[in-house]
Amino acid sequence: MKKRLLVYSAFVVVLYLVITFLIKIGIIDDYIKLNLFLIMLNIILAVSLNLINGITGQFSLGHAGFMAIGAYTTAVLTTLEKPVPFYLTVLIGGLFAMICGFIIGLPVLRLRGDYLAIATLGFGEIIRVIIQNIDYLGGASGISDIPQGIDWTGYFVTTVLSVVVILNIINSSFGRAMIAIREDEIAAEAMGINTTLYKVLAFMIGAFFAGVAGSIYSGSFGFIQPDMFNFFKSIDILVIVVLGGLGSVSGSIISAIVLTIISALLQDYPAVRMVLYSLILIIIMLFRPQGLMGTKEIRLSKLIPIGGEKNA
Amino acid sequence: MSTFIQQLINGITLGSVYALISLGYTMVYGIIKLINFAHGDIFMVGAYIAYLSVTYLKLGLIPSLIVAMAFCSVLGMLIEKFAYKPLRNSPRISALITAIGVSLLLENLMQIIMGADSRVFPRLVTEKNYYLFQGKIVVNNKQIYLLIITVFLMIILNFVVKKTKIGKAMRAVSQDMDAARLMGINVDTTISYTFAIGSALAAAAGVLVGLYYNTINPLMGVLPGLKAFIAAVFGGIGIIPGAMLGGFSLGIVETLVSGYGSSMYKDAVAFALLILILIIKPSGLLGKNIKEKV
Repeated sequence: MKKRLLVYSAFVVVLYLVITFLIKIGIIDDYIKLNLFLIMLNIILAVSLNLINGITGQFSLGHAGFMAIGAYTTAVLTTLEKPVPFYLTVLIGGLFAMICGFIIGLPVLRLRGDYLAIATLGFGEIIRVIIQNIDYLGGASGISDIPQGIDWTGYFVTTVLSVVVILNIINSSFGRAMIAIREDEIAAEAMGINTTLYKVLAFMIGAFFAGVAGSIYSGSFGFIQPDMFNFFKSIDILVIVVLGGLGSVSGSIISAIVLTIISALLQDYPAVRMVLYSLILIIIMLFRPQGLMGTKEIRLSKLIPIGGEKNA
Repeated sequence: MSTFIQQLINGITLGSVYALISLGYTMVYGIIKLINFAHGDIFMVGAYIAYLSVTYLKLGLIPSLIVAMAFCSVLGMLIEKFAYKPLRNSPRISALITAIGVSLLLENLMQIIMGADSRVFPRLVTEKNYYLFQGKIVVNNKQIYLLIITVFLMIILNFVVKKTKIGKAMRAVSQDMDAARLMGINVDTTISYTFAIGSALAAAAGVLVGLYYNTINPLMGVLPGLKAFIAAVFGGIGIIPGAMLGGFSLGIVETLVSGYGSSMYKDAVAFALLILILIIKPSGLLGKNIKEKV
């Protein structure tokens, strides 16, 4: 176990140092850096949605709504006359999204399957419509000139922290209860698992990290608009999760990277990008409904023989 | 009082569109338990087909309505065959994700083919306003057209479902698919027909919306599609009269909200209505509670 931890930490540190070095010598220019930010943003969003959709098996389509809450919290708090420190607003944004996740989750999570999907979609849209109708939040034109509060290091640390926290949740007894609910809710309940508790918990944690992602989005891109967080944004995240495999964190990370690169390349042809996304959804569901990775994980410690355990 | 009646009339007009679309949702859901997310986009395709047949073939309202309905019923059957049929025995979530995929595909293909901008729907009828009660209430002749065509289509649908063989098969399959198959009903054909009929109704709604608002765009199906689904759930999904009731009630609620409150909130109210009904009476207004099988 210790060796595995060592391999992962080493990998993360090396990755960080390499990219920092590349930024310093200018191989990674501002454009690539921007896409790097988007990749990390999508990793946080996809991994957190995977906790709800993949691990707990509760199909949610309202992730963009929680992202909006975080984004607007940071935008408002950092543009006050006495601005709140950026990282504090990230925390507040996440917690605020989490509270909304609780308020929404408690009644809605009694629903199942496609009903739940529609209800969460509805809540995501309600959040967006409410934000759009608050003049203080800039209405439909949004908020611009949000001060930049986060750099590459901040992004990297936030992403790594998010993934580590979610991975630890999945590998704890909490996570096992969530997986049990995914596999068979009725059986899980019969085994004494408080299904409502774990479903709401998964929903809240997912919402928290969506809020964090929204916060760092507004802290790095400087401009937000309610329409950025509509139903299509939720679908974007869903495509990443479904492609990577419902239930696989490493799958989500890989597909977040791949799909963000693809959409960066197709930036000038948004309709083509969406046609591609929709075909990915359909084809994956027809031929490999479990996604590329299924529920399997890639274990770095297995790939790197030196640090790996013999029979992990 | 006159504002109220005026809003009521507008609400019934809007509601009849929702009702037409939600009939398709309800029929499909009643048979294969799938929320056909692409249904709203078939509504959009219908509007575009009518637009094309009016602009290029110089057809009138009724012929282009028929062309759009015919085209979309074929489209609906094709979608069912290629996207939904292979998934009939998979988890329902897989089918739902596929439906989302089909919906995105239709929207974006249409954007590539016809451009993302709105287009002006040709004026097929000369507008005329009728003033009732000393001019306090205005009824547009387009509203009358809309209502007449909707009611006519609903009567036909009712006839098809209640009196014809295919309607009987549809009702049988929605009751119990396996038993229907054992009784010699061709389930696949029946499902195919259901999609055809539902899509034709959605197409008709699309044409009527184009006629009423004079403008169409590739994303016009998203919100009406979702709202028609809400209407279907509201009335009790899988129940045909429920879809009509839900459609009309949602239309009326929406126009009352925009008449008395803010029109910006009307979408939020629709979703709030959905969540309320799902929590209070998940089987909808006309639905019966069914215990879940374990």
